[in-house]
Amino acid sequence: MTELGGQTGHEGAVAPPSQPIDGMIVGGDELVDATVSAGLELQVRSQWSYARMRFLRHRLAMAGLVGLVIVFGAGAFAGYASPYSYDQIDLNHLYAAPTLSANHFFGTDELGRDFFSRTIYGIRTSEEVGLFVAILSSIFGVLVGAIAGYYRGWIDNALMRLTDLVLTLPAIAILLTAAALWGSGSQWRITFILAGFFWTGIARIVRGVFLSLREKEYVEAAKASGAGDLRIMFRHILPNTLGPVIVNTTLAIATAILTEAALSFLGFGIKPPTPSLGVLITDGQNNPQKWWLTVLPGMTLVFIVICVNFVGDGLRDALDPTQRRVRA
Amino acid sequence: MLIFSTFLTFAFVSLAGDPRQNLLANPRFSQDSYDRLAHTYHLDASIPVRYWYWVQDVFTHKLGRSLLTSQAIWPDLTRVMGHTVQVIGLAEIIALVLGIAVGIFSAVKQYSIFDYLFTSVSFLGFAMPTFWLALLLQILFVDIYLKWNVRIFYTSGLNSGVASNTWSLDRLQHIALPVATLAIISFALYSRYMRAAMLDVISTDYIRTARAKGLPEWLVIMRHVFRNALIPIVTITALNLGGLLGGAIVTETVFSIDGMGFYFITKLGQLDVYAVMAYLAVTAAIIILFNLIADILYGYLDPRIRYD
Repeated sequence: MTELGGQTGHEGAVAPPSQPIDGMIVGGDELVDATVSAGLELQVRSQWSYARMRFLRHRLAMAGLVGLVIVFGAGAFAGYASPYSYDQIDLNHLYAAPTLSANHFFGTDELGRDFFSRTIYGIRTSEEVGLFVAILSSIFGVLVGAIAGYYRGWIDNALMRLTDLVLTLPAIAILLTAAALWGSGSQWRITFILAGFFWTGIARIVRGVFLSLREKEYVEAAKASGAGDLRIMFRHILPNTLGPVIVNTTLAIATAILTEAALSFLGFGIKPPTPSLGVLITDGQNNPQKWWLTVLPGMTLVFIVICVNFVGDGLRDALDPTQRRVRA
Repeated sequence: MLIFSTFLTFAFVSLAGDPRQNLLANPRFSQDSYDRLAHTYHLDASIPVRYWYWVQDVFTHKLGRSLLTSQAIWPDLTRVMGHTVQVIGLAEIIALVLGIAVGIFSAVKQYSIFDYLFTSVSFLGFAMPTFWLALLLQILFVDIYLKWNVRIFYTSGLNSGVASNTWSLDRLQHIALPVATLAIISFALYSRYMRAAMLDVISTDYIRTARAKGLPEWLVIMRHVFRNALIPIVTITALNLGGLLGGAIVTETVFSIDGMGFYFITKLGQLDVYAVMAYLAVTAAIIILFNLIADILYGYLDPRIRYD
C-alpha cells in the first residue's frame, strides 16, 4: 500500500481497504504471474480510482450529482432550456399562477415575464458566481496557504491576523460593507468580493497541512536529493492537500451561492435586470400573496445547495475517510 | 485585535466612497461649503489621521455622531441593541434547549426514524437561506391573516401601538417570527453538534465502566454522557454568535424590526461611515467578549484544559 500511496502523494489521507479487493496487488510479481497464468484479469488501481469507487458507491452523493447536473445543465444552456426569454413581457398574463398549460410552470411576475425562464436564467447567474468564487478562492487560497505554511514569516502572520479578523465580525456584515462600497450591483465585482473573502478558509487548511508535512522525513529526503523549494512545495507536499481542498472547493460553491443570494436580497448584491436567484426571491417580497414568486426560486436555491452539500459529503468520504464530518 | 480589525475596516470603509457625493447633486450647494464640510469632518486628512480622530470620538463622545445627520450614534445604537438582544436572546435559548434535547435523543436512538427525521431537518436548515425562511414565514402568516382574518403573529415592526420596550403579549407576537427564523437556523447547528458530541462521549471507556458497574441507562446518559457532551457546545454557542448577529441583519430587514441589523443596513445604504463603523466596532467587541467568556467557561468545565 505504501508504494501506491507514495506514488500519488496521498499517503495517510486514504486508509487501506480492510479487505483485499479483487485485482489488488497483494504480494508482488509472483502473485501477478499466478493470477495472469490463471487467466484472471488484473487491474492495477491507483488511490484515485479507489476514491472514485467510494464516491460512486455513495448513494446520496450520486443523487446530488445527478440533481446538480440537471439543474446546472439547465442553467448553462438557459437559452435552450427556458421556454421564454427572461425579459419577455406579456401584459396579458400578469401574475399568472403556476400552471402546466401555456408553459408558465412557475407562473409570471408583475410584468407577465415567465418566471420559469427567469428562474433558469437566475440559476445561470448563481451557478457562475458559485463556480467562479470556488475556483478563484481555491487557487488563491492554495497559493497563499502553501507559501505561508512552507516559509512561515510575515506572510504566515498576515494570513493568521486576517483570519482572526474574519472571526471577529459576522461574515455577512463584512461582505455587505464590501459589496456596498465596491460591488455596484455587478455580477463580476460581487464574484471577486466573495472570492476575496472565501480564500482565507482554504488557505488555513492548506497552511495546516504544509506546517506538519514540511518537517517530514520524505521532504528532507527530497531536499537532500537536491529538489528546489518549488518542487518540494508543489510536487511533494501539495498533493497531500488535494483531498480537503477539493471538498472545500465544492462546499464553497454552495456557500457562495447562498451568500450571493443574501447580498442580492438585501440590495447590495447583483442588481436587476440580471436575474439571480436572490434577486428573484426579492421580487416576491413585496407581494406576499403571490407566493410562487418567493417560494419557487427559493426552493430551487435550496435544492442546489442540498445537492452541492451531498456531493461535498460524498467527496469527503471518498477522498478523506479519516476525517469525520462536523459541519461549521 | 480589536484595534487591528477596526483600523482595517475603517480604512476599507473610508477609502471606498465619499459620502458627500449626494450633496454635490444639489445645485445650490457651493464648492466652498463642500470643502468646509470636508475639513470639519476631517475628510481631507489621511486615513491613519482620520482613524485617530475616530478613536478619539469613540472614547470621548461615545462613538461620535453620524456623518450625514449629525445625530449622536450612541443613543440610537443602544436602543436598537435592546431590540436585537430580545430577538437573539430568545432565539438562542429556544435553539439551545431544543437543539440539545433533540441531539440527546438522536444520539441515544441512533439510526432510528427520529434520528433520520432530524438529520434531514438539519440538512434542510443548513441549505436554507435565512432570508428565504423568514419570507416563507411572513407569507404564511400574511396569508392566514388575509384569509381568515386571524392575527397570530405580526409580520413587521415591534409594536402595534405606541412604541415601548417592555415585554408584552403584543411584543411577543411581533418578534415571534424573527425569533423562529433564527431559532430554526441555529437549531439545525446545535442539534447536529450535540448529537456528534454525545456519540463521541458514549464510545469512551468511562461510559463502559459506568454501564459495567450497573448504573441504570438513563443515569449513564444524563449524568455521565450529557454533562461531558455539553462542553463542546459552549464553544459552538460562542462561535455561532457571529452567525446569529449576521442572521439578525437579514431577519430584521425582512420583518422591519428596529434592531442593530436593520440599523446597519440602513446606514450602509447611505454610506454613513461613522454609523457603519460604530456597528462593526460594537459587534466585534461583543463577539470577542463572548469568545473570551466561552474560553474561560471551557477551562472551568473541562479541568483538563489549563491556560498558563
